[in-house]
Amino acid sequence: MNGLDGTEKRGIKELGAEKLVGWDEVEQGVVINSFEGDATGVANVHAENRNYSDFNSYTATVASWRVIKPVYNRDYCIDCQNCWVWCPDSSIISRDKQMLGIDYDHCKGCQVCSEVCPTNPKSLLMFLEATENDEALAGWPEKKEKEK
Amino acid sequence: MAKKYDLNEVEVWDGNYAASQALRQAQVDVVAAYPITPSTPIVENYGNYVANGYIDGEFVMVESEHAAMSGCVGAAASGGRVATATSSQGFALMVEVLYQASGMRLPIVLTVVNRALASPLNVRGDHSDMYLGRDSGWIQLDSFNAQEAYDMVLCAFRIGENMNVRLPVMVHQDGFITSHTAQNVSPLSDDEAYAFVGEYQPYNDMLDFSKPVTYGAQTEEDWHYEHKARQHKALMDSRDVINSVFEEYKAKTGREYKRVESYLMDDAEVAIVALGTTVETCLLAAKQLREEEGIKAGVVAPRCFRPFPFDMIRDALMNVKALCVMDRSAPGGAMGALFNEVSAALYTTPNRPIITNYIYGLGGRDFSVKEAKRIFKEQLAHAEAGEITTDIQQFSGLRGPKLGFFKTKRS
Repeated sequence: MNGLDGTEKRGIKELGAEKLVGWDEVEQGVVINSFEGDATGVANVHAENRNYSDFNSYTATVASWRVIKPVYNRDYCIDCQNCWVWCPDSSIISRDKQMLGIDYDHCKGCQVCSEVCPTNPKSLLMFLEATENDEALAGWPEKKEKEK
Repeated sequence: MAKKYDLNEVEVWDGNYAASQALRQAQVDVVAAYPITPSTPIVENYGNYVANGYIDGEFVMVESEHAAMSGCVGAAASGGRVATATSSQGFALMVEVLYQASGMRLPIVLTVVNRALASPLNVRGDHSDMYLGRDSGWIQLDSFNAQEAYDMVLCAFRIGENMNVRLPVMVHQDGFITSHTAQNVSPLSDDEAYAFVGEYQPYNDMLDFSKPVTYGAQTEEDWHYEHKARQHKALMDSRDVINSVFEEYKAKTGREYKRVESYLMDDAEVAIVALGTTVETCLLAAKQLREEEGIKAGVVAPRCFRPFPFDMIRDALMNVKALCVMDRSAPGGAMGALFNEVSAALYTTPNRPIITNYIYGLGGRDFSVKEAKRIFKEQLAHAEAGEITTDIQQFSGLRGPKLGFFKTKRS
């Protein structure tokens, strides 16, 4: 699984003005290139193999202001892809319809994934940002009996 | 392939029809529009041309002028030649997106048929909407009759789409007085017009899948200032491109345009500075005064309202004794905007002529040759007295008691 979730390239820097350029050097119209070089057919290339430009937020951490985070529990997940479909920030990492985890460099903690998770108990639950994932998983709730 | 019009050497067109024919000849790819009086026929005609096969383009119907300009921004960013039309309240609703279009450096052409802004509601011509766009980062060209409305639209595409400019351009004409008055117009043939405007050259277009781009990025205090400075420089530098496009147009048509038009100014001692149809009214008055009373009167008119022709205004007016700047927009607690800008330009000349301001013609109130002559004579009185003999800001053609503000400060 190493490399599959794109961790080597993802979130390696803070987004922002890594270099302040002169007013006459900025790209006119604030038009931003997503990729370096020719990007023909890039839609068919996995994210970790794309040549993202420095301006693309894929290579940047843009989640520093998250206060609660989703934690993923593989033991209950049925790979239904609900969370992947609903995530508004493309922060559910999934490959070949198998759920791999959360992209914490881009997740804002909106809780949508946890809301739409259909399993019992849920495979995605929200915890305070400071909570360690291991600690969260250790205290995972039990399956709830259906109320009759 | 679009069908062609077989045009006469001289056609009888009103300003709206003239503008729409220019849009057709430029083969505009997309018009997203929400029609409004008095500019409605421009986009209505475009729709007709598309429906009848005279344009290979798209008419996009939208739910507001905000959406109209948003649609234009999207289409222009995608890489098409784009135009629309609006007036007054519609222009006001567009304003937010006007800044987006210029900030994204998209060469959209907006034909504005000038009309008063409510309240009170009014459909007649004044320059409130044109003034509302003056800080929006667009190039603003002004036409004084139907022929010029046609000519300026063709020039607008050339200017805005120039690779050193890439800015949106407004072409203004006066509501009803120009837009609904049929006049003789000498058009180019379809082939000549399209050869002049040229094939649209996309730049950073979103439909180039080999180079996906994002439009509408956020920049905070680290970059925003630099982008706005660069945009301002592009607007200021567009002056040279405007000059050369006008020269090329003259070579093609014999019709000469300048960023500042000067009429009877060679020996003029008094002048009126005005925009729109008022220019022709004042010119008639100046001619009559010269013939009847030997008064050396002249008229100066910014053809290009933005970028403001600070340079050419100075050249045109620095040697007159007294001039009046006419503002056809409610000044909202200040001197008229054109007065302020012309004054600032002339303050940097050695002569510093006497300058006064008239507000006039709001909501389509008529402005007559007789009144223009009276104003010329008033300038002569200032010149002879060596000082401003009236209030600095006055109101022309206003019913009820005389209204005016500020006197010359002498101590």
